[in-house]
Amino acid sequence: MMDLTTLEGKDTPGKVRALCRKALVPLASDPSIGPTAAVCVYPNMVPIAKHELRGSGVKVASVATAFPSGLSPLSIKLDDVRQAVELGADEIDMVIDRGAMLAGDYRKVFDEIAAVKEACGQTHLKVILETGELGSYDVVRRASDLAIAAGGDFIKTSTGKIQPAATPAVTLVMLEAIRDHYYATGKRIGMKPAGGVRTAKQALHYLVIVKETLGDAWLDPDLFRFGASALLNDVLMQLEKERTGFYQASADFSAD
Amino acid sequence: MANPSKRVSAAPARQRLSIPKAYKMYVGGAFIRSESGRYYQVSGMTKGSADAEVVNIPLGSRKDARDAVLAGKAALHGWSSRTAFNRGQILYRLAEVLESRHEELVTSLVRAGATERDAIDEVNASVDRAVWYAGLADKISALVASHNPVSGPHFGFTLPEAMGLVAVLAPESPALLGLVSTILPVIVSGNTTVVVAGERDPRTAVIFCECLATSDLPGGVVNVLTGRAQDLGPQLAKHREVNALEAWTPDAALRTSLERDGAGSVKRVKTHDAQGIAALRDEQRGQGLTYVERFLELKTIWHPAGI
Repeated sequence: MMDLTTLEGKDTPGKVRALCRKALVPLASDPSIGPTAAVCVYPNMVPIAKHELRGSGVKVASVATAFPSGLSPLSIKLDDVRQAVELGADEIDMVIDRGAMLAGDYRKVFDEIAAVKEACGQTHLKVILETGELGSYDVVRRASDLAIAAGGDFIKTSTGKIQPAATPAVTLVMLEAIRDHYYATGKRIGMKPAGGVRTAKQALHYLVIVKETLGDAWLDPDLFRFGASALLNDVLMQLEKERTGFYQASADFSAD
Repeated sequence: MANPSKRVSAAPARQRLSIPKAYKMYVGGAFIRSESGRYYQVSGMTKGSADAEVVNIPLGSRKDARDAVLAGKAALHGWSSRTAFNRGQILYRLAEVLESRHEELVTSLVRAGATERDAIDEVNASVDRAVWYAGLADKISALVASHNPVSGPHFGFTLPEAMGLVAVLAPESPALLGLVSTILPVIVSGNTTVVVAGERDPRTAVIFCECLATSDLPGGVVNVLTGRAQDLGPQLAKHREVNALEAWTPDAALRTSLERDGAGSVKRVKTHDAQGIAALRDEQRGQGLTYVERFLELKTIWHPAGI
């Protein structure tokens, strides 16, 4: 249920390859753990990740639409999406235009998501709301409804570039939007809290929120993901602690 | 305008409510209770009072130890990358603050059973020892580093570096001098530490922590837990994030088990028996570079020469 992510200006092919290896075998001493659900990278890194993960079933997600701000003309965003799809991305993580959202130009936000969905074709679309910039739960709820109505397969809290990122409260608001949409249409939308979930204990809290709000059907990598690179190491440390009886040192686990 | 004829008189004598101090552990620069909510009780005679005073002391839990380790680890980079001179300045500041609380520390030691004369001597010795380690701070490198003879066109340098996070099981007695003598040589070189204070007189340890907190020492460099060494020691010995452990205890079984527990993570474990603890009381043998050297890593660098 975890997506490993590297979205930095200093990403190199070597770093992406290392991340992919970690996605496949998170813990060398126990091959039964993993792999992760997906690896999330910038479009230029998609072919490298794709090659490294071939045949494994681990999905390659690419951010697009002028990530992380989303403040570029629509034509550029759509080209960004099409090229990422052409490069082989299985999933597209788009950002909404928060400026338009806050200015009340909901039509523009909706149309952009719909256009991106069209450009994606069969590729899975995750819509990043960047809740840390939306200001209130009302706006988060409205953005969730817009993203779902416009065709998003997943809604995702954050880019990871802004604090606060995912919080339990904001996740609950989004899950309720998903629930109401499911009651109205019978269609299941996925959820991805990203950024801010750093420990296994926090992750358990989120899983409880999902189960209580949406039920067991959503406890599945097709409908729920954590976008949290730091989380994986903490989970591994807890697993090792269970196995050995000793608390682990963070230095013993690879940083990326 | 106040009426000059109206005198401000002292409030009439009345029974004041007593404001007893809540003794807390010192972790990450904050004074905290145990997350477990557990306490144990310590009693002692207060000067001028006929009744023994009983106070609650937090009984540190395994989770408290783990939190303290994280706090110590988080503080490590900042502390070890300060200049040695700056660390010395901060330790000297600690000596100043200890001196300014001289009376309170003496009272605390007396409350735990020391005679007034012994208590005064111990506080004096503690302040002097803090000054000594403050002075040593910027000399460690000169005393330990070396320029090594090598056969080839290279310079070989060996430089001391902090080991990381060092856990200390402090001696029961001397309560104050024991803390000063075991903590300062660990942190003076840039290590951070998690300390388990002696079980018998934790109140003096808490007052010592209040001195640390007002000495410009960054939070998390010294984390002091109160509770049982038998409970907390094994947790710290097994924890992989802890780089070294120093135990001052006459309990031979505990010393052996700590050495065994530390082996899993190839920890540097140093234990001291009653004789080692007694040496801390000595002005000469109780301080020295050897106490510092135990928790240094030596880094050797080869550098091309003559090219």
